[in-house]
Amino acid sequence: MSGSMSVAGTVEAAAQVVLVAAGSPLLVGVMRQVKARLEGRAGAGVLQPWRDLRKLLRKEAITPDGTGPVFRAAPLVLTATALVAAGIVPIATTASPLDGAADLFAVTALLALGTVALALAALDTATAFGGMGASREMTVLALVEPTILMSVFALSVPAGSTNLGAIVNSTLHEPQRVASPVSLLAAVALAVVVIAEAGRIPVDNPATHLELTMIHEAMVLEYAGPDLALVEWASAMRLTVLLGLVANLFAPWGIASADTAAAALAALPLALAVFAVKVAVLGGALAAGEVFMAKLRMFRVPELLAGSFVMALLAVAASFFLA
Amino acid sequence: MTLESSPQEAAAPRHERTIVDVTPAELPDRVAALLGDDHRPALVAAHHDPDALRVVYLFTAASPDRRTELHLRLDPADPVLPSVAALSFPVGRFEREMHDLYGIVPRDHPLPRRLVRHHHWPRGWYPMRTDAGPPPDFGDPEGPYPFVSVEGRGVYEIPVGPVHAGLIEPGHFRFSVVGESILKLKARLWFVHKGLEKLFQGRLPADALPLAERVSGDTSVGHALAFCLAVEEATGTQVSPGVQRMRAVLLELERLYNHVTDLGALCNDVGHSVLNAQFGRVREQLLRLNADVTGNRLLRGGVLLGGAVLRTLPDPERLTALGEDIAEIVDLALGHTVVADRFTGTAPLSTAAARDLGALGYVARASGVDVDARRDHPFTDLRPTLRVPVFDTGDVLARFRVRAAEITASIALINDLTCGMTPGLVSYWPPSTAHDGPASGVGIVEGWRGTITHRVELAADGTLTRVKIVDPSFFNWPALPVALNGAIVPDFPLVNKSFNLSYAGNDL
Repeated sequence: MSGSMSVAGTVEAAAQVVLVAAGSPLLVGVMRQVKARLEGRAGAGVLQPWRDLRKLLRKEAITPDGTGPVFRAAPLVLTATALVAAGIVPIATTASPLDGAADLFAVTALLALGTVALALAALDTATAFGGMGASREMTVLALVEPTILMSVFALSVPAGSTNLGAIVNSTLHEPQRVASPVSLLAAVALAVVVIAEAGRIPVDNPATHLELTMIHEAMVLEYAGPDLALVEWASAMRLTVLLGLVANLFAPWGIASADTAAAALAALPLALAVFAVKVAVLGGALAAGEVFMAKLRMFRVPELLAGSFVMALLAVAASFFLA
Repeated sequence: MTLESSPQEAAAPRHERTIVDVTPAELPDRVAALLGDDHRPALVAAHHDPDALRVVYLFTAASPDRRTELHLRLDPADPVLPSVAALSFPVGRFEREMHDLYGIVPRDHPLPRRLVRHHHWPRGWYPMRTDAGPPPDFGDPEGPYPFVSVEGRGVYEIPVGPVHAGLIEPGHFRFSVVGESILKLKARLWFVHKGLEKLFQGRLPADALPLAERVSGDTSVGHALAFCLAVEEATGTQVSPGVQRMRAVLLELERLYNHVTDLGALCNDVGHSVLNAQFGRVREQLLRLNADVTGNRLLRGGVLLGGAVLRTLPDPERLTALGEDIAEIVDLALGHTVVADRFTGTAPLSTAAARDLGALGYVARASGVDVDARRDHPFTDLRPTLRVPVFDTGDVLARFRVRAAEITASIALINDLTCGMTPGLVSYWPPSTAHDGPASGVGIVEGWRGTITHRVELAADGTLTRVKIVDPSFFNWPALPVALNGAIVPDFPLVNKSFNLSYAGNDL
């Protein structure tokens, strides 16, 4: 790889991070607006999540009595992992300078690290809701992680690499693969676990005020002010990264993958715009689906996730037999 | 033994109230005999007379409408009566209430601890006694509340409330949980005990009516009507059948908007917000209809002493259209597999438990207990239109379907009642309410939550000396932890909503 390519890659990766960081609250805003309109409400507008973040950032930081460094570090760890994931996942480019780390195992572990940090912080508060939320989140995480690994692994078999950039490039060169049984099974499995990982209906209800039914929200009940802003912002970025991963694994068109630095940089604005549209469409579809869906009984969630794991497993099996 | 017959016109339903004076020694046998004769305890009220503490036990039975009062006089220096908690669970709770507010000691009560007064209330100060005086300093005489702690591997406690995340009333819930399964739930109430019954004392009934309307914000017609019926019985006021039919219309309008709210809230609690939005749309139309009919969205001001006022009548076609709208949304909800799955089999209350606890209203009717004061203790004859839907599974689904069926029944009733009715103000309340000697009266109404019972006593000058209010929530609260036995924590908000019990009506 030439020097000019790595400079271009750095610019592209930085653009990715900026897009995700700035755009993820807007994605949340779009999703809330879609839900509001479908329910017959006016909605607060797509900028509301940014306004909320601004409000929270202006407040003073408060930590509950008896909490330690784990509680204070968790929002930073969560935000950092989300930003790093935004940099290495193939969003606008497959030529990120962190490409070597853009391994599916690394990305999965990175996202899990953020979740675990938050769960530990919830335990650190020593409140009943924190412990309850952490326990539920770990249950979901334990079922989600294998499915993410399996479904991306199924896609990596034809590409011959577990590097996400390589998988996306391989799909770009052989677009007919998207319609294969392997790809379809993996897409469904991945979609289910993305919903679970992002804490959306039918697994979790991000809009509820009922503490006893919460999963993700129960863990962050004790956060306030700038810490809460970080947690909310990181959650939005994780949702964006996960939706972006799904979008680019199964419909990578538009991503900047040119061979020369100049061409890659020229393609960057278009790549970012296409990505934004793809994620907005996926998010809007997710929100529209949520309107017509109810939340599953907690004990049915493992059944749903086990089902998605089986599909991911079938995808892996099919990728060997149908290759 | 004296016999009072309520003086009503020939067309109105008749009932008898039998009053029996008993001694403490006779009480358990009398209560056992009444319970054996299909009576249910409707109300137990203590009174502080100048020379004695007096306890009134009101038992009621259906078909024919029978009301029996046991009057018991106690020495104020040593107010002890034999507990009948072993015979009737609800009476046991009334006894604890009397103990807290009047200092009447139920001997051999199985659970003799405080109910109404929280632990920081001073010992030996009984606020409902006439000589109670201003409250002394509050301290911590009883120490922390003795929650039963469940012990074992992996058992932990979740305390919730009394301040909650939503706009709901205060109550503290203590869950003992292993994993997600509820082993035990303790609901602590009476955070909003306001001394409401004491506020009634010394007022003229007309001045007390606004209080009765505000016992529980969502039950203004139910409580106002029960109060009016009780006062009218005490004063011997005759109310025309036409007025009673106007009141019945208001009662059904209240049932309608509350049931629609609950159906929406149940859908919202399983995360199906668009069904809630649709029920909310219908609810708003009903509230506007209420405003057209009474000038108040919550139907305040519609029930008057000796009368009622309807500005307009609900349009039958509009109501029928709303009913079809509701039925369609209900079908959408029950046709949704996830919603139906969340409702079905969740927190069943067995028929036996509902009967033993004395459950009322839709909670009882969802568990196969066929009680409805509109039929059992009618103030106006609603036959043949009145239908009382009963389901027997006792789960959240049954409580949802009972409400849906009652909405249909209520719309049929309103359309039947308003046929040929003229709107306007009708009142038979005499300007002078003085009469000869003290008098008492009982009002029983099937509010939207269940049977509401009021019992009033009037002095010779027409002022109220004692008002006892029993909201169905007082009977139904103990059923909630029973139904939740073995349920999972994340289902609690849904189950709680399916009961939707009043805190204000319970705490008084």
